[in-house]
Amino acid sequence: MAAPKIIVVGGGLAGLAAVIKIAEAGGSVDLFSIVPVKRSHSVCAQGGINAAKNLKGEGDSTDKHFDDTVYGGDFLANQTPVKAMCEAAPGIIDLLDRMGVPFNRTPEGLLDFRRFGGTLYHRTAFAGATTGQQLLYALDEQVRRFEAEGKVKKYEGWEFLSAIIDSKGQARGITAMDLRTMELRAFPAGAVILATGGIGAIFGKSTNSVVCTGSAQSAVFQQGAYYANGEFIQVHPTAIPGEDKLRLMSESARGEGGRVWVPRKPGDNRPPRQIPEAERLYFLEEWYPKYGNLVPRDIATRAIHKVVYENGLGIDGQPMVYLDLTHMDRATLDRKLGGILEIYEKFVGVDPHEEPMKIFPGMHYTMGGLWVDFNLMTNIPGLFGAGECEYQYHGANRLGANSLVSCIFDGFRSGPNALEFARSSSAPEGDGGAAAELARQSEINAKLIKNEGGENPFRLWRELGSTMTEHATVLRYNKGLQKADEKIISLLDRYKRVNLSDRSQWANTSFAFARQLKNMLELSRTVVLGAMLRDESRGAHYKPDFPDRNDEKFLKTTKATFTGDVAGPRLEFEDVDIQYIKPRPRRYDAAK
Amino acid sequence: MATKTVQLEIKRQASPDAASDWERFEVEWRPGLNVTSALMDIALNPVTADGRPTTPVTYDSNCLEEICGSCAMRINGKARMACSTLIENIEQPVRIEPLSKFPLVRDLQVDRSVLFENLKAVKAWVPIDGTYDLGPGPRVFPQEQEVSYPLSNCISCTCCMEVCPQFTEETGFVGAATIAQVRLFNNHPTGSVLKEERLRALAGDGGIQECGFAQNCVEVCPKQLPLTNAISDVSRDVLIQKAKDCLRG
Repeated sequence: MAAPKIIVVGGGLAGLAAVIKIAEAGGSVDLFSIVPVKRSHSVCAQGGINAAKNLKGEGDSTDKHFDDTVYGGDFLANQTPVKAMCEAAPGIIDLLDRMGVPFNRTPEGLLDFRRFGGTLYHRTAFAGATTGQQLLYALDEQVRRFEAEGKVKKYEGWEFLSAIIDSKGQARGITAMDLRTMELRAFPAGAVILATGGIGAIFGKSTNSVVCTGSAQSAVFQQGAYYANGEFIQVHPTAIPGEDKLRLMSESARGEGGRVWVPRKPGDNRPPRQIPEAERLYFLEEWYPKYGNLVPRDIATRAIHKVVYENGLGIDGQPMVYLDLTHMDRATLDRKLGGILEIYEKFVGVDPHEEPMKIFPGMHYTMGGLWVDFNLMTNIPGLFGAGECEYQYHGANRLGANSLVSCIFDGFRSGPNALEFARSSSAPEGDGGAAAELARQSEINAKLIKNEGGENPFRLWRELGSTMTEHATVLRYNKGLQKADEKIISLLDRYKRVNLSDRSQWANTSFAFARQLKNMLELSRTVVLGAMLRDESRGAHYKPDFPDRNDEKFLKTTKATFTGDVAGPRLEFEDVDIQYIKPRPRRYDAAK
Repeated sequence: MATKTVQLEIKRQASPDAASDWERFEVEWRPGLNVTSALMDIALNPVTADGRPTTPVTYDSNCLEEICGSCAMRINGKARMACSTLIENIEQPVRIEPLSKFPLVRDLQVDRSVLFENLKAVKAWVPIDGTYDLGPGPRVFPQEQEVSYPLSNCISCTCCMEVCPQFTEETGFVGAATIAQVRLFNNHPTGSVLKEERLRALAGDGGIQECGFAQNCVEVCPKQLPLTNAISDVSRDVLIQKAKDCLRG
């Protein structure tokens, strides 16, 4: 019997890891990506990848990694998959090492490890401050090898539009659009893995790349896939505010000794290096003596918010605080953080070896995502989710350097699982629904290209972004969330009058964007309504009106189902798997 | 007070077969404004400086922080990344054109897949036995890591190829980026098992002897890869390999 065909959508770490496993197991893969896979968003990850290798004699273990991850995620993550991930992590690092990732080394030639947020151990392997880039390239190279051997066919410059679902509700392939010729095509497959990353674009400006729109997740959500924990959005404490995006300033800057501070006196406008130590407020160190600058991201983000908006201590009255590396030795900085310091200097025009950086929190990571079972299959049989686009490991808050390991772990599991599913599945009846789905997509396209009205899709997107950032990031109030939902409903209505200033049928980027925008709008409601329903504070989800965690009512996964109704998705709660670690209060001002 | 504006001149071409022309745009100046933001401003209001409605500009971009390699284009005649090019650091009007050495798709978007094909041809990978658990990789000392890491920072933007006088259809030259990757993988303890194959792939037409040492590549590289050093090192290795192959008959 011929090897079944598996479709992988997305060529970041999760997608490439899945491709490698499928090709290695003798399956054949079609890999779809909007951008050449080497340009995927995983390339932006900076600080490192976690694995309890215990190479620093600290007594670290995978159990401790497991506990830190569950505790850091405020107990919302299902513990079975988290435990498996932490146990697999050391082996994943070894494999990446064998693939040639240029990890930083100790004098003895072993892997070096740095500290990261939410742990007291040196658990993070790193390649300078461009670890994601180096990992992505290593997997890209292995995939290129399989491509050269004819086991993988890449469709780069194609955008996923929808799953093909047969009359029994099973996924039988995908429809996709060639972004140059604008051709629509149906691609049958034995199973489909979505590895399409985060949803940063919904927030307008974020640390995410342009392609991180969540469009693919939203499309299958609208086809009946559950979307879980949509309200859990990570706002990274240290981003460089920018005109077009918020550029990440890695947590590794603090892991290597960077200190966050503001002048103690409001309005103190002396140059930072002229402000004496005694007149600086190192607020993270003062408020969280045990973890200091390495508290988890949600904690650091809220602390920065507080020092700026409640205490009025932002630099020059602006929403910014200092992230200071100037006390550190230049050669060490260049060896361990060179990549990110160079980025800061290029975009801000100031040398961070000499001047403290000015940073502020920015939307960064999507903890929620497609609901999947422990085998990574969505509720649509044959459709799998892997990487940031699914919800499994990070609960209410992701620890730094856990994303890379979760993405690769997911790819390594979803690939073989999808292959096994395809092998044991019976052949579809007829075309499995391909022609019908293709017709549905052609109709959407035909309508959009000649749609009349006065709405520019990029402007609608800007409005969505500012609403989401205002109401659904660091602080959430039910009144604000209500306003945000009303705004999204009005944007969905205005979308009906969207007018493409470009009606051509060749490399029409506004057309592709307008299709993504519709999906962004639909998905953003799961974030807002999920947040509204959850009247508690947990991890990154913080409601000043409900400042405490409420396990009795809300130690639950939120599951959203698309209804197509103006009332929005239907939300229900599902119990969380807490069989290994009993929930306990989460605090970082003392050792846990 | 009148708002300060930025003048842009952008080369437009609707498709590979269409004629090209230049359009002028004016967008609002802001501190820290980069070229990709200016292009986004045009998408928000696709009207030329003389008030004529037009289409948003097609171009590649993704990370906007100079690590994905997407947004290479010619800006004021120089091949560079649009995201890390700040308007305040360059002359106006800002003239923006697509890279000239690659097949044009539309406007500022070109097809650079030749680089990925070249990487295939030189087997730019470490041929591991499999992804099952085989324990840690070979020991690598920090001094060796410090040689590999800069080479591994190549973002495949193809600026080095754009500015190379030898990178033409006639020569079929692979270009500096690919040669640097040969240097990288030949330097790896496991990767070096394919060293001879890689060197032979660079020994023929379009191989390393096409390099004319113009050194434009190393000057333009946004990630400061040591491209000329890599070319010298690989050049020497290719010669040695040729000699060996010749003696072996």
